[in-house]
Amino acid sequence: MDFGTGAALPVSKPPLARQFNPYTSNGGTILALSGEDFSLVASDTRLSERFRIHTRDQPKTYKLTDNVVLGCCGFHGDVLTLNKLLAARIKMYKHQHDHEISCSSLAQMLSTILYSRRFFPFYTYNILIGLDEQGKGCVYSFDPVGSYERETYRAGGTGASMLQPLLDNQIGFKHQNIPEQDRPELTADRAIALVRDVFIGAAERDINTGDGLHMQLVTKDGIKTLDRFPLRKD
Amino acid sequence: MSILEYNGSAIIAMIGKHCVAIASDKRLGIQAQTISTDFRKVFEVNSGLFLGLPGLATDVSTVERTLQYRLNLLQLRESRLLTPRSFMYMVSSLLYERRFGPYFVEPVIAGLDQESYQPFIATMDLIGCPMEKNDFVVSGTCSEQMYGMCESLWKPNLEPLELFEIISQALLNSVDRDALSGWGGIVHVVEKDRVTTKHLRARMD
Repeated sequence: MDFGTGAALPVSKPPLARQFNPYTSNGGTILALSGEDFSLVASDTRLSERFRIHTRDQPKTYKLTDNVVLGCCGFHGDVLTLNKLLAARIKMYKHQHDHEISCSSLAQMLSTILYSRRFFPFYTYNILIGLDEQGKGCVYSFDPVGSYERETYRAGGTGASMLQPLLDNQIGFKHQNIPEQDRPELTADRAIALVRDVFIGAAERDINTGDGLHMQLVTKDGIKTLDRFPLRKD
Repeated sequence: MSILEYNGSAIIAMIGKHCVAIASDKRLGIQAQTISTDFRKVFEVNSGLFLGLPGLATDVSTVERTLQYRLNLLQLRESRLLTPRSFMYMVSSLLYERRFGPYFVEPVIAGLDQESYQPFIATMDLIGCPMEKNDFVVSGTCSEQMYGMCESLWKPNLEPLELFEIISQALLNSVDRDALSGWGGIVHVVEKDRVTTKHLRARMD
């Protein structure tokens, strides 16, 4: 019987891995806050990728209805897709129910859309603002897979960690020891001034935030886009 | 997770008018588990000269003891006090000795020069690249939060009391947005003729 020597087993090479990464971060910071009769959403206007700036003029707030605005940043491709999807769903809602969708319903709808992509999520940070059924300003903040809550102020995006503690201090009166009834009511003018201040700070330290500040104010008279405020361009 | 974030810490130093302040949190943890709520990470190495050591707790102790030893020996030999800037270079060279196996601390130095009474603050990375500033420096696990707070609250020529208020607000509001630091704070304000130390009560969660 011939057992032979046998040829050496071929040494198997590890399979050549080719990978496609479907996500990238395009930076940007969003911020929303609400008062008794208004809500405000702000974003910077820089669209960037790592150390490169794509454009200095890309605001990240999106008008959804006559009194609801969405602040949306993260991966710009997903931002655009999500907004297209939302626009279609808002139109469908209007035809089905014969009236414009409310802010709270829109928040629930956005949550459902985000969760529908639970295992391949939209890489987007969302903050929704508008007026509630009583005409008070409202802010809904979301995580990328649709967990959401109503708040009075919230920052999102790459500069969020720089803005949030200052908002806690200045709007939430954290560590200030002022009784609830003595706290001054937040006016739109003070809100705008504060937003400018915190964005100047974020533009100073976050390379993906800067160029310009875009703000949209929602009141009972509708949505008003405020004049562009310049930020650092470097 | 970086080894610099293993124990959790937050330190800020700020310059005021003829004064400086340095503040730190008090937490010592092992990742998310809190071990101690009065851990010292700011040390008065000379009168009016402070060293803050955020980072890996074991290296905090080693670096502090080694530096204190070298500083004492040098000051005995020279019969004079070291200026804050000279001390910064001392820290820097100690860290660079371990260039390829570093101590995991990113020190903050704050003090008044004992002759000119010029305020001085500086920070460096874990291998000793120094950075002198004339406004504020931050270091620790919530540095982004601290940058945000300091960038908005700090202004030039703060009096000692205002400086205390601002550095305390900056610290407390920053650590409340960081899970790894907090659990009380300590603030030292250094003036020409005195050092004021105050303990801050904070959220314990």
